[in-house]
Formats: sequence, C-alpha cells, structure tokens
Amino acid sequence: MPCDSAFKNPKDAQLVLEKIAQLSGRTGPVRLMEVCGTHTMSIARTGLKSLLPAQITLLSGPGCPVCVTPAGAMDAVFALAKDPHILLASYGDLLRIPGTQRKTSLLSQKAKGARVESVYSPMDALRLAKAHPELEVVFLGVGFETTAPGTAACILQAASEKLSNFSVLCLLKRTEPALRSLIEAKDFGVSGFLCPGHVAAVTGSDAFSFLPKDYGLPAVVAGFDAADLLYSVAELMRMLADGRPGLKNEYVRVVRPEGNPAALSLTDRVFSPCDAFWRGLGCVSKGGFAIREEFALWDSARKFGFSFSEGAEPPGCCCAQVIRGVVPPTDCPLFGKACTPQDPIGPCMVSSEGACAAAYRYRQIPL
Amino acid sequence: MEDVITLDYGSGGQKTAELIDSLLVPAFSNPALNVLGDGAVLEGNGQLVFSTDSFVVSPWKFPGGNIGRLCVCGTVNDLCMAGGLPKYLSLSLILEEGFPLSCLQEIVASISEEAARTGVIVATGDTKVVEKEKGDGIYINTAGIGFLRAPFLGKDRIREGDRVLLSGSAGCHGAAVMMARAGLVRTDSAKPGNALVSDCAPLTKLSAAALASGTIRLMRDPTRGGVATTLNEFVENGPLCIELTEAAIPVDPPVAAACDLLGLDPLYCACEGRMLAVVDSKDTDRVLDALRSTPGGEQAACIGVVTRSRPGCVLVTTRLGGRRLLPKLSGLQLPRIC
Repeated sequence: MPCDSAFKNPKDAQLVLEKIAQLSGRTGPVRLMEVCGTHTMSIARTGLKSLLPAQITLLSGPGCPVCVTPAGAMDAVFALAKDPHILLASYGDLLRIPGTQRKTSLLSQKAKGARVESVYSPMDALRLAKAHPELEVVFLGVGFETTAPGTAACILQAASEKLSNFSVLCLLKRTEPALRSLIEAKDFGVSGFLCPGHVAAVTGSDAFSFLPKDYGLPAVVAGFDAADLLYSVAELMRMLADGRPGLKNEYVRVVRPEGNPAALSLTDRVFSPCDAFWRGLGCVSKGGFAIREEFALWDSARKFGFSFSEGAEPPGCCCAQVIRGVVPPTDCPLFGKACTPQDPIGPCMVSSEGACAAAYRYRQIPL
Repeated sequence: MEDVITLDYGSGGQKTAELIDSLLVPAFSNPALNVLGDGAVLEGNGQLVFSTDSFVVSPWKFPGGNIGRLCVCGTVNDLCMAGGLPKYLSLSLILEEGFPLSCLQEIVASISEEAARTGVIVATGDTKVVEKEKGDGIYINTAGIGFLRAPFLGKDRIREGDRVLLSGSAGCHGAAVMMARAGLVRTDSAKPGNALVSDCAPLTKLSAAALASGTIRLMRDPTRGGVATTLNEFVENGPLCIELTEAAIPVDPPVAAACDLLGLDPLYCACEGRMLAVVDSKDTDRVLDALRSTPGGEQAACIGVVTRSRPGCVLVTTRLGGRRLLPKLSGLQLPRIC
C-alpha cells in the first residue's frame, strides 16, 4: 500500500524509531498535532501510535474538511435539498454527516426523495448541470486550500459558458486563521505541528512559517506515507530537544516554499477571505473563502438566500473538543457506545478522515 | 430488431419471443433451455448446493469485465465456495427501456463465453423491461445449482494454528469499478498486469485445486466488504482470532494507487475472482503450491494465522511493525474529498 511502501526494509523504520525514542528522553512528554485528515488515516493505518514512545502523544486537529463544517450548515443544506428543483452535488464524504438532529444526513434525505449525487470533482457537478437544464445544480464546496482552486476553476468555467443553472455553496476554509485561533485558545496544549502536505502543495511551505515565528512552535510539512510521518516526527522531536523551533519541509518532492502560483491565483481570482464558522472553533476571522461579487450568479448563498447559524452540537458529543485536540476521541462518553461508524452522532465518527472514525476503525493493539 | 430495447420486448408477446429466439437461445443453446418450457428439467444425483445473486453494477462495463461476466462468476463462485461443483444457472434480465441492443448483445456474449468457460449451462431464464428511468440500464439476477463435492466446510472447522490464504491481489474489482465510476479509467482498458482491471473470474479451478491438495476448513470469496469484512465473519462471536501480516497481503500497485487516490482501503474493496481459504497449517505449502500453479492463483499468499489472542477479532501487523484491529466495513466506502 502506498502509505507504507516507502520502507523497503523494516530495519530502516527501526532506526528512525530508535532515534525518536532517544530524543524523547531529552524532551519529556510532548503533544504533536496533525491537521490533515489524510495524516489522521495514515497514522492510524500504519499503526504508528503503537510504535512511538509513551511520552509522545499524537493528536488530530481540525484537518478533516467535513468535520469542521458546522452542524448548522448541514441543517441549512438539508433544507435546500428538500426543494424538488435542486440537485445537490456533493463529495461522497459529506453524505453521511449529520446536522443538529440525530439521524439526519444527505443520504437519508436522498432516501426520502431528495436529489443528491455523489461526485468526485466540481467539474462532475458542472456536467450534471448541463445534463439537467431543468434542475438547479448546487455543488457543495467544502474543503481547504486544496479543493479551492478546482472549485474556482469550475466557477470560471460556468461563468465563461454562462451556465445559469449551476452554483456553488461555498463552505471552503482557510487553514492559517484556524490554526491561529486554535493556538490562541486558553486550552491549547500542543508542542509542535505536522503540517498538511496537500494544503502546503498549494499554499507553499512558507505559509506555515508563522508557527515558529509568531508562536515559537516547531512545524514540519509532512507527506503521507509511513516514512514521511516517521521522519517528520523525528524532525519535530529534534527541534523540540534542541529548543530550536523552526519550519522544515519534509515533503520536498511535492511541496515548494512558494506553493503553486497557478492554483493560488485561481483561488484569488474567484474567492476572497471571509469570516467563517468552524465546528469546534466557532467564528474564525478570515477563516473561510467567499465567492467574489463578480461571480454572484454562481454563488448558491446569494442565489437561494442561504444562511446558517453555527448550530448546537448533539448532546454529549465531544466533536468540537476532539477537533481542537483537547479531548481524545476515546475520552468522549459516546465513543464506541452510542456513537459508532454504523450509527454516528458526530461528524468525526462519520468522515473516513475523522479522528473518531480513525480511532474506532483502527484501534491500536499493544504489541 | 430495434436498436434499443423498447417496452414491447417485455410484453411477453411477439417482440419478447423475437429477443429470446434471435439473441438468447442461440447464445445459450442447450437441451434443457431449448424446449423453452416454464421450467427446466435437469439431470443429477446427490446433494445440491443452491445460490442466488443479483447484479446492479454501475457502470455495467468496467475495466476487465462487464455485468454479464460478473453475473456468471458471482453465482458460480458462491457455489464453489460452498463446496459445490456448479452445473446450472438461471438468468433473469431486467432491462430499462432505451437500453441499446448492441450493449445487450455484448453482455449476452460475455455470459455465454463465461458459462462455457466455467462448465455451467443457462437452463432457464426470464426477461422483463421497465420504463425509462425506472432502472439503471440493466439488472441481472442469476441463481445457480451445483453438486456438493466438499461437504466438510464450515466456520466451526477452523482451529488455532490454521493458516489464512488469499489467492491473489485484494481489491481489484472494487477499485476498478470505483475508478470507472469516477471516469478516471477507460472501461475498455483491459490489459491484465498493466492497467487497473477487475479480477472478475470463476473460482472453479482454484477451489478444486485447493480442495485436492490439503485440508480446507473454509473458503469464501471476499466480495462486498472485501478481505477485511470476510475475515471478520470467519471469527466474529467465536473464541478465535485472525492475525494478518500486512506485508504478506498481495495488493497490485494500480489498486494501491487507485485506493490512495480515492481514499479507499484495498482490504475493504470487493474482489470478484479471489478466494480466501483457511487451511490446516501442515498443508499450507501444498495448498499454496496448488493455487500458484493454477491460472489466476499465481499471486496466492499466506496472509495470516488463526490464534486466540483477541477472540472474535482480526488484527493486522502493519509494514511499519505497528499492530491494529481490522474491523468489518461499516456502510458504503465513500470517496474522500482531498
């Protein structure tokens, strides 16, 4: 499997693990956070946690794009889905996410007759709009800086073709303001960050230099296979042990310091930063993307008067704290009891990249 | 004949007869079918194995196969895994108004070819046509009858120390269909060993080879839910545990790459031409050799062992040396966002 394939020889992994163990003797207990759903899953699938010394705690932060979409937004999406003239096109991940009410999701709306299609890219949604001129196709644009350029390209295409039955419900999020909000919260207790390789491929690794510069926190832009993760953890440990926080780019085969200028300019052409609700973080100043006025015709929020409040979390659900890394999934009173992937209550148990789903599916077994 | 299926073809009248006489009977011709009675009269003695399966795969054509091949292999494989030697199939077609006749011809040709390859005959059948938008082009149901040749298989036969064998790469069919659904591979790009193709194939020869070469406790084809889910079904609610070694599980590089792209796990993706077998440990090498020298079993591997370390569970030791649970699939595998 790709996420494990980088170590042809298990002994290489052993050497890095020994180095990490040595360093942890110098650092004492540390808490390292990743902020990318793909990291969450890779860490779980490779069994990395079961191999690290007890002093190192790996935490998942707000890196799962559907998990950080507030319950209130989902309620508003369900309301939109009730309109028989609207076809909602969504990434598969989002289909099972509940709103504020238990057992509500796009899948259940679909079963009741709502028009919901799972798509792999916003361009698929554009094709749906062309194939169904009688319907209004609304693409649910969720994600971070990674999905923003593709969504932007799609809006530009719709604009150039003057496609009038297509629009994007923009719930896209910006990483840096959310990280700042997380770090500035009273209960923040993280020693260093594994930065998201996919986001950095777009934004550039330099976009994370604020972590050491403004907050004295070491940061490593990490790739996704076992070797990437191990080396990145070792690098964070080295910086912590030396007391010299900095920014390292471990994922040099993909990530450049300046990022992808073409993708960045597409994003900037279509979107502008706006305040946005993040589940767990509340309203984050400049924490999201809004569609620029110029493209208002393709903005579902303007077209359908879409608005939402943050929405209350389901009773007992700790997703908001899990997303901030304050409560480990297994400490949530609902985890594995009332809340399982078969019958989820919070989004972190639903998304394939959610921290609770990873903790549940890939429970680590001590050696 | 029209070039698309019309409602008339399901009327039971002249058009239905035309479809049967000009397409279906010539493709499957055999004495049991040719009389076109209300039911087929079949030859046979002994204990029977009986199974049925419905096929709704979308798109109907995928790299390495189509719904026609699949509807033969699916039922044939269920019979084989239950210890049967497949003999007879029924074939029930549910067609959507407007489905191109050329596509139906292609599917029927595949069914005929696959049935001949696996030594089964289509002994009886039915055709219905549903209105446009009331179906997804074509649905097929097949039922199959086989004769029991291995009456000793069952979960309760599994013993501590037994080995778990997999006959080839995990997840090929699921990954190929998901990629075809996403429009990311050409549905006709069927170059085995090269591109991403479904493993859709009959298990008649592989299961016979396994049964002839050692003590087999249980066989299953890991279809929906994949290898992970099937193995969980072997041990759930019992005193035993299956411990897998991830590095030993064959996963073709294109499958691994496709799963990486879509955010899927190959161990949860369906196979349609692989078998999992639990074998007595003393016969491991003999059964493995037999599988590997049978076409389609070249990549067969011993992927795990039956223990008592965590009753009812499947554990996996990762390539990195970590250890984790491998639970059943919960719900659909949904492709991820980024």
